[in-house]
Amino acid sequence: MSGLGRIARSGVRRRKVQTLATGLASMMAVTASVLGGSLLMASNGPFDQAFAAQHGSQLTAEFDAGRSSAAQLAASAHAGGVTAAAGPYRTATIDPHSSDTQDAGPDGALSPMTVVGRADAGGSVDDVTLLQGSWATRSGQIVLAESYDSPVHQVGATLTFPDLPGDPTLTVVGFARSVSQTADAWVAPSEIPALTAPGTAGGYQMLYRFASADTAAQIDADRAAVRSATPAGSLTGVQSWLNTKQGTDRNTALFVPFLIAFGLLGVIMSVLIVGNVVAGAVGAGTRRIGILKALGFTPAQVVRSYMGQALIPAAVGTAVGAVLGNLLAVPVLTTTAQVYGSTSAGVAPWVDVAVIAGTLGLVTVVAWAAALRAGRLRTIDALAVGRTPRTGRGQAAARLASRLPLPRAVSLGLAQPFARPARTGGMIAAVAFGAAAVTFALGMSSSLGWAQSAKNHETSDVLVTTVGPPPGPGQSARTSTAPVDPAAITAILNAQAGTGKYYGSANTDVSVAGVSGSTTVFTFTGDSSWAGYKMVSGRWFQAPGEAVVPSTFMTATATRIGDTVTLQDHGRAIAVRIVGEVFDPHQQTNEVLTAAATVAAAEPNLHPSLYHIKVTPGTDVAAYARGLDASLQPLGVSTMAASGQGASDVIAALDALTAVLTLMLVAVAALGVLNTVVLDTRERVRDIGVAKALGMTPRQTVSMVLASVAVIGLVGGAIGLPAGLALHAVTVPAMGQSAGLNFPSVAIDVFSVPELLLLGLGGLLIAVLGAMLPAGWAARTRTVTALRTE
Amino acid sequence: MSTSVIELSGVSRRYDEGHAALEEVSLTVAKGESVAILGPSGSGKSTLLNMIAGLDRPSTGTVMVAGVRVDTLNEAGSARYRRANIGMVFQFFNLLDDLTVLDNVVLPAELAGMARSEGRRRAAELLDLLGIARHARAYPGRLSGGERQRVAVARALMNRPALLLADEPTGALDSASGEDVRALLNELHADGQTIVTVTHDLSLAQACATRTIRIVDGRIADDIRTGPRPTAVLSTPRPTPASTTPLSTISTEAAR
Repeated sequence: MSGLGRIARSGVRRRKVQTLATGLASMMAVTASVLGGSLLMASNGPFDQAFAAQHGSQLTAEFDAGRSSAAQLAASAHAGGVTAAAGPYRTATIDPHSSDTQDAGPDGALSPMTVVGRADAGGSVDDVTLLQGSWATRSGQIVLAESYDSPVHQVGATLTFPDLPGDPTLTVVGFARSVSQTADAWVAPSEIPALTAPGTAGGYQMLYRFASADTAAQIDADRAAVRSATPAGSLTGVQSWLNTKQGTDRNTALFVPFLIAFGLLGVIMSVLIVGNVVAGAVGAGTRRIGILKALGFTPAQVVRSYMGQALIPAAVGTAVGAVLGNLLAVPVLTTTAQVYGSTSAGVAPWVDVAVIAGTLGLVTVVAWAAALRAGRLRTIDALAVGRTPRTGRGQAAARLASRLPLPRAVSLGLAQPFARPARTGGMIAAVAFGAAAVTFALGMSSSLGWAQSAKNHETSDVLVTTVGPPPGPGQSARTSTAPVDPAAITAILNAQAGTGKYYGSANTDVSVAGVSGSTTVFTFTGDSSWAGYKMVSGRWFQAPGEAVVPSTFMTATATRIGDTVTLQDHGRAIAVRIVGEVFDPHQQTNEVLTAAATVAAAEPNLHPSLYHIKVTPGTDVAAYARGLDASLQPLGVSTMAASGQGASDVIAALDALTAVLTLMLVAVAALGVLNTVVLDTRERVRDIGVAKALGMTPRQTVSMVLASVAVIGLVGGAIGLPAGLALHAVTVPAMGQSAGLNFPSVAIDVFSVPELLLLGLGGLLIAVLGAMLPAGWAARTRTVTALRTE
Repeated sequence: MSTSVIELSGVSRRYDEGHAALEEVSLTVAKGESVAILGPSGSGKSTLLNMIAGLDRPSTGTVMVAGVRVDTLNEAGSARYRRANIGMVFQFFNLLDDLTVLDNVVLPAELAGMARSEGRRRAAELLDLLGIARHARAYPGRLSGGERQRVAVARALMNRPALLLADEPTGALDSASGEDVRALLNELHADGQTIVTVTHDLSLAQACATRTIRIVDGRIADDIRTGPRPTAVLSTPRPTPASTTPLSTISTEAAR
């Protein structure tokens, strides 16, 4: 081994704590970066790639065939901003039935579907991918979309349409994927007339791509251009590719702003800690550098030896961190892969390469810069470090601190940060980032908890489920069948002692013009205003014809509070006015919540499938449930405890990630403090020895070292707290926006005053945690040894 | 001599590798004595001083100082023992560079919990007596070696110790400053302060000590009483105008 290598290695061995801190900080930085980078890659889902490959439809427009002609719509391909168009294709909304599967509704009913007549799968827009079988080229054939939610998965299955004249039957000849989700199924154009309900004109579909369609505002402008280029009143609905993307990416989209926030914190923290550790190690080794130079080392050799001392532990830490990051990423990526269905559960190699190269590069640059300073140092000055009195910085602070009415050991410690302002600045920054991470994490956890409770929206004590015999002939299978007489149930509920208030709920599927797939309507009987749904804006519905909807529905249908939408339910058009926006992070993006009376005309047999009961105050819920169960037994109806629906997988994953990343950041922050306090304590070991020789007890020594970080912790906390609050206030709405959810202010302003006070002290806790080890070391150091230290 | 301040009995100090820094040392120092411990490097004289100061523990034997069994004290106990009984003067002064001269001197009293005003009054008095009052607000880095050692002596006397331990007090000083410190120790001794000085400097031992102990290979080779203690109280001119308070005030209090 060369002399240079030996010097570097001996430096690594000699300064064990700094070596450990450098290695651990590098390891944690790399672990967090690999994890964050991989998740960012995973959240950058396959939708964009697939959409680009299929020349996806940026705007899918539905027209009333009674108010427009094919020629007029074809001409809209030349509307302003349109770069490509396909169509017009004839469309129909139908209610299919299948007798081939047991998973269909009671009478074989499937979800309503929008079927499009297309001669082939290809085209300049929405180049549909045939996954299985063949395209429908003749009458009697149908190709189902992969996104169509049905139990039919076999080519050769048959679908019937008993509601249509002639009871047409179609054979499934293939399955296809439209990334743009332009249809639930496709048939040959010649088939459409047979699928169009009598007395209706049916519809046309046009698919457009535009020069600018990256934002909702641009899509709005594009839609306006299409509207003006087509006959007035003919455009009945549109579907933006942004909404489709949102629906696909929804869960993982939640991760993106969250990971960007943690990624930013992690990267800045890594820069700070690695810089602190390396610069501190070089700074503390000045006398050693002087000795090396006195022995004949050139400045360049000194620089290289110090870079080596920093790079050895950093390289080891980086390697371990990369392995840990890859191992940790697997379960997390598996979760997101399950959400996406297509993302591989491995770390992209370039993420590893970039993180490793970035960290080592950073360490090298910082070590080089710090060692360069030592290389330039005059040998005589370097040798004098520790031998000659220190002058200047910190003396005024020491003088002021000595006047404070505090124990002397404490006031001695309080003055110490002022002797090394740059080092103190680095430590404050580390503590501030740690405190910001804790604040951010707690805020995230509270906001996610709020979202979870909004998702569960269960405020009742007891639930009654209505289970009855199969529906009778002609009864819609898509309704929640409740042949049990609702009046009998409500009579029992009213008679039962302890019943406070209750409401019934049911659900059914309808279609909304321009929105692909079905829209679920949740109906409520009785006063449901206490149901626990969290409102973003507007109010809960109060009368038939009023509805509340989630923001995703409003975006998809381009509606606002006060607007009216038309639901197609069993051939009836039901107009509902939107009176409120509800926060609902469920998977289904299209849902409408309204009074049962709103759809009573279209679905007279839709009765509550669930009764939600709140007992009167002081009532024993279990006893009430037992009594109610006994009363309801003759009706074949049972009760169950209202225990909510448990935590969402995504929210649980976000919570777990928050905990892991926060722990890492706090650990790195504490390590940064540890390293700096170790440096400080080592530099002051002779002073500590003197103080101990003069009668300073171990407890006083610990007080002095802890006091030296107390102000740093408080200042760091004071900076970190508002930074964490600001980061949380920016990230949560951004997460909501990514997922198409509007978080109300109550979900963002989640901190109570005691929590804020405690968080403000978080910086102090981090600083004290980091200083405990060197404080103990200082207290244990034998006075004789300390006095002998050079 | 009436009362003994130091009683060492069969003290040995062996390190892990078996090397004995001290071997069966027994020693008694009476109140008011000024003892010089001489010996070549590595002979064990500093180890002996550390035992007396409670900075190190013997492997065997007992150490009793001012009625305190020092060898059984834990770290906190030995710190309190030093506060109450020991004043230490080091070769390289060991002043805290970021504290003023006054703050350095008052530090032992503050650590012992003395009231601030009382501590500062006594520190100012000591600085005045030792002729360095004009440097009270200066930082140690601005002082000469001799002045710094005076500050160290003032600090050592702050808590009125029963015993002043000096480890090569002139070792880092030029001859003029060395002479100054030598005179100062003489004055303290003349006023009744018990002093144990570890030194290579034979002239220091001859000038200040009433008893000279020579240690060779961890054992006491000679223990010679050299004569009566000096009587020249405040005989050496101070760098600043002489104090109006006699130095004997300090030693009288120290002896209490």
